[in-house]
Amino acid sequence: MANYSTNEFRAGLKVMLDGEPCSILDNEFVKPGKGQAFNRVKLRNLNTGRVWERTFKSGESLEGADVMDRTMEYLYTDGEFWFFMEPDTFEQYQADAKAVGDAHLWLKEQEKCEVTLYNGSPLSVAPPNFVELEIVETDPGLKGDTAQGGSKPAKLSTGAVVKVPLFLSEGEIIRVDTRTGEYQGRASKS
Amino acid sequence: MDWKPAATLDTLRARAALLQRIREFFAGRGVLEVETPLLCSTGVTDPSIEPLVVERGESLGAARYLQTSPEYAMKRLLAAGSGPVFQVARAFRDGEAGVRHNPEFTLLEWYRPGFDHHDLMREVAQLLSVCLGELPVEYCSYRALFIDELGLDPFTAGLQALEARARETLDVGALKGDRDLWLDLLMSHLLEPRLAARGMCFVYDYPPSQAALARIGQVDGVAVGHRFEVYVRGLELANGYWELADPAEQRQRFSAENRRRREHGMTERPLDEALLAALSAGLPDCAGVALGLDRLLMLVTGVGDIREVLAFDWERS
Repeated sequence: MANYSTNEFRAGLKVMLDGEPCSILDNEFVKPGKGQAFNRVKLRNLNTGRVWERTFKSGESLEGADVMDRTMEYLYTDGEFWFFMEPDTFEQYQADAKAVGDAHLWLKEQEKCEVTLYNGSPLSVAPPNFVELEIVETDPGLKGDTAQGGSKPAKLSTGAVVKVPLFLSEGEIIRVDTRTGEYQGRASKS
Repeated sequence: MDWKPAATLDTLRARAALLQRIREFFAGRGVLEVETPLLCSTGVTDPSIEPLVVERGESLGAARYLQTSPEYAMKRLLAAGSGPVFQVARAFRDGEAGVRHNPEFTLLEWYRPGFDHHDLMREVAQLLSVCLGELPVEYCSYRALFIDELGLDPFTAGLQALEARARETLDVGALKGDRDLWLDLLMSHLLEPRLAARGMCFVYDYPPSQAALARIGQVDGVAVGHRFEVYVRGLELANGYWELADPAEQRQRFSAENRRRREHGMTERPLDEALLAALSAGLPDCAGVALGLDRLLMLVTGVGDIREVLAFDWERS
């Protein structure tokens, strides 16, 4: 992999730091009027998700990480692995629970998601920002209660539990923001 | 093609108003506005400043350097008897880009014969209150700042103590360096953010190793470089000196910087003999300061990114 100097560090660049693949979040050039210049860099460790803040002498370099973001179609899970397919090549990838993380709560078959590959294997999975999922379990809907502000838990087809308004019932399809886990509205019937 | 300016038209009007205010300030004090060449025959020896070089053109016998500050030319004017002078000049520094740096930027630089650095700090404070309104003003020696804020004496603490203090708070990996590197790191990463809560803060009398072009004197039994910096709400705005006038010592400092360049695998630079000759002819006792005009405009307009005060920043120029 290529080496990148501090002045090439940009948000999104993938580099190796202390043997860990990282994504650069922010790069601040710090230089006193006279004297040594530094780069104060925020990075996300792609293995652990932890955010690192590391200071480098300006001009130092890091090795690039073989990390790529790919849009893939989610196929199915066998309980141990989650399977994804690259739509152009039909190449399939299996991701373990660590790579999938909380994303499994939002994975719907045939839905497109972002799979990050590290040395060719899935490192992390990001669901679409919004997904439409069916309510499979909730207290009975209260008709005519649309004006009231109350909410109740509802279990979705993927196992995720979200707070929904009281008037919704089992079998309905709702739209959820996967970044916050919040109910957005009833999905329009298609 | 994104052809539009980065700054708003209101910001450009604020820049024009600021320039006018500055010119009135100096006109009222009898300080002469001057202009000196942007393209210079020699580049600075300071290992931490890299000039941009112009290499081709029929008029060029040899490569010329875009000035990193108008300091040497202005000192030649002072030695020629100009009296107090100021300049609003473009300066260029290679590789310096970020939210507070643009490789091409504007300096306001001025020199005051008969002033020492304390006199000049007071004048900087007066100019800044004309531009920014009244602010609380503090004067704090470099030594007192480190002792008060970090419990470390920057003049006596060993390299290991400085490094340990930095590593206590910062992740710096395998960073290596001399005392000055650790002092610079502590200053920029730990102390500057603390200055953000203060109004206008002058830091003065630096370790002699960081004197740059300031004369060295004795304060409380230790040698200090009579240099100062001013921070406004934590933003470093200006760097000034009670100017070194001794040509022999100036030559030694240039040579020492070239030695450091060699040690770091950088090319050495020929010395600015015209400056050294001017010092030999006699530089009047004076203090001088360079102030980042774009940063001052950031404070005037209340923006946090230098690109927002430039008509066309580096990416758009």
